[in-house]
Amino acid sequence: MDLDYSATELAFRGRVRQFLDAHLTPDLCDVSPTDESAQAAAVRRWQGVLHAHGWGAVSWPVDFGGVGATPVEQYLFELECALAGTPIQLPFGLRMLAPVLMKFGNPAQQQHFLPRILSGADWWCQGYSEPGAGSDLASLKTQASRDGAHYVVNGQKCWNTLGQHADWIFCLVRTDAAAKPQRGISLLLIDMHSPGITVRPTRLLDGTCEVNEIFLQDVRVPVENRVGDENAGWTYAKFLLGHERTGIAGVGASRRALLRLKAIAGEERRNGRPLLSDPAFRRRIARIEVDLLALEMTNLRVLTASAAARSAGVEASILKVRGSEIRQAISELMMEAVGERALALRRGFAPDAASEPVPATGHVAGLTLSYLNLRKLSIFGGSNEIQKNIIAQTIVGL
Amino acid sequence: MDFGLTAEQEMLLESTRRYVGDHYSFEKRRALLSTGNGCSRGVWNDLAALGVLSVNVPEEHGGLGAGPVESMLIALALGEGLVVEPFLTSAVIATRLIALAGSAAQREQWLPALASGERIAVLAHGGGDDPSAVMTRATAEAGGWTIDGRQMVVYHAPVADLLLVTAQVDDPHGKCLGLFAVPRESTGVSLDSYRTLDDQPAADVAFAGVQVGADARLGGDAAAAVAEALDFGLAIHCADAVGVLDRALAVTIEYVRTRTQFGGPIGRFQALQHRIADMAGHIENARSMSYVAAVKSAAPDPRARARALSAAKVIIGQAARFVGQQAVQLHGGMGVSNEVAISHYFRRLTASEIRFGSGEHHLDRYAGMMTDS
Repeated sequence: MDLDYSATELAFRGRVRQFLDAHLTPDLCDVSPTDESAQAAAVRRWQGVLHAHGWGAVSWPVDFGGVGATPVEQYLFELECALAGTPIQLPFGLRMLAPVLMKFGNPAQQQHFLPRILSGADWWCQGYSEPGAGSDLASLKTQASRDGAHYVVNGQKCWNTLGQHADWIFCLVRTDAAAKPQRGISLLLIDMHSPGITVRPTRLLDGTCEVNEIFLQDVRVPVENRVGDENAGWTYAKFLLGHERTGIAGVGASRRALLRLKAIAGEERRNGRPLLSDPAFRRRIARIEVDLLALEMTNLRVLTASAAARSAGVEASILKVRGSEIRQAISELMMEAVGERALALRRGFAPDAASEPVPATGHVAGLTLSYLNLRKLSIFGGSNEIQKNIIAQTIVGL
Repeated sequence: MDFGLTAEQEMLLESTRRYVGDHYSFEKRRALLSTGNGCSRGVWNDLAALGVLSVNVPEEHGGLGAGPVESMLIALALGEGLVVEPFLTSAVIATRLIALAGSAAQREQWLPALASGERIAVLAHGGGDDPSAVMTRATAEAGGWTIDGRQMVVYHAPVADLLLVTAQVDDPHGKCLGLFAVPRESTGVSLDSYRTLDDQPAADVAFAGVQVGADARLGGDAAAAVAEALDFGLAIHCADAVGVLDRALAVTIEYVRTRTQFGGPIGRFQALQHRIADMAGHIENARSMSYVAAVKSAAPDPRARARALSAAKVIIGQAARFVGQQAVQLHGGMGVSNEVAISHYFRRLTASEIRFGSGEHHLDRYAGMMTDS
């Protein structure tokens, strides 16, 4: 047992830091959180920079153009990127679809799509949830009927993240209405520029449009864009969701947020001294820091466990629940630290506009918007209640 | 980053588990507790034969000279069986303390006897990590020391041969914390013995004019050695708690699977399932932090060590309280019956939270050491 990073892991981290020092330029980091098109542009640009320097897909095998990093190295990469404040790497193509294509896709699909994911040429989004199919995903209704060499797709998807920028969507569709819910689903890759697709952004409680409704009307999809077998999509969908372990707890984001919380509490004053020196507030920060340390160690323990020692599902679900709770708790404490100034939200009175936050700069900027935005963490990717169902059903077995 | 065990460590864990499983059943333990203080010479000799008492004894004194992971694994297995023998007090804390602070002669006198199980030693120090709270004083006299005062809640004092007593002393170079080897049978030592919340034998120990020789003192200022031995004890105590946590969850799962109400097992109800999921989450974090505690207990920097150990105790304390309380709750009426194992796990977990400083105490300690950026 050695709970320090090995020499190899430290060398890897050194290379990541070196790369970030050299190539993470201010124009990539200092993008206004409310300027959505600038954000999207930074995301695309960042994937290009990563790809150009061989860091495009840390988790992928070398044969597919990835780094072939170990789980701990992947974790370190994500941690360093989060601490440095890089733009995100979109998970939809890289972390979700790509492993499915590598395992279940045919060579033509692999050769066409994987390089374009790696380079950032294609922006992928996810077509899972529907108005009537959230936690109960298998009840989805979007239908695909066969017409010669095409499927004709009709239906509606929702809570689609960043699909307004997307070139492609991977979609769960019903290909056999008569079968049991899980049995009649297929996984289709659909060009977002196809006729019949309408994207309608959904304005969220923080005023941004991070998700969309997607309407599909008689959208024609070539049969060769089906992944794997017809009606076997549920298997691929579960594989796709169950693949994530290194980043699901969001340790890097929480560590960065915790540093910001301390900086805020160092600036704010209460009873004539920094809030960070107030014993009660300091204790609350300390509790979160300790909880985060425990989460980080559990995450690393899961990543280094042998396949035999793993309890699939339980670990990822525990990490997701705790990770979201901690991230939300930090955000809550930041807001509390600034008192009533957390009430000032956005400049001006334009309806439905994601105008700049008030104040626009300084340590208070965007705290409340972030608090609002992060409510999603305990909901998306299977709500925390669903995660607890998974944990209990696995260990209780009823 | 490697959380794995060596083949020898796996064997040690398995052999200790096997012994506990085969020879320390709930009924056997109950019988031991009902006929005496709970400790058994037979069990202690068996543990010695397994080699578990010698892991912290350096090789030159006949021990294994193993690292903290071995102690952690033994404590885990003993915790699973709610074993009340003085492994933690004698084979971990007192052994480490003598190895750290003892002279060559003291080490040679005591360590082989502790490794073989022939002797039991405990640290009598009620001050936690605040040496100024020690209510015992040692006064230098011709040829030795006189010790007066008392030490509260000394685990396993009733079965100990040797008490390692902390005491305030006025050395020529200033006040400091002295450490003295005092045979329990010494004149002037009196015990007010009792059973603890977790069914272990303990005592408040009074010292009234207890005379010991000059050779009874271990080291000069023993504060650092006592702190290190206590930190090591805290780390291994965390592993004991994880063993109890695992079993508390396991018996609770077994109960909700088999207890039938409203026409089926109560484990099918979501309110109970989510509670169990929360318990599992607490336990996985507790397990991670017990590893951190054990490994960092050997850290050379006392501040880094203290910070890691306090963090661990906060997490283990939260887990012990939550899992203990919810395990009783999920057992319904059976949970408050002394006949059912869960009440025993609950009491041990409650004690775990309190021993070596509560979670709240350690959160304070951590907050004091936390970096500001």
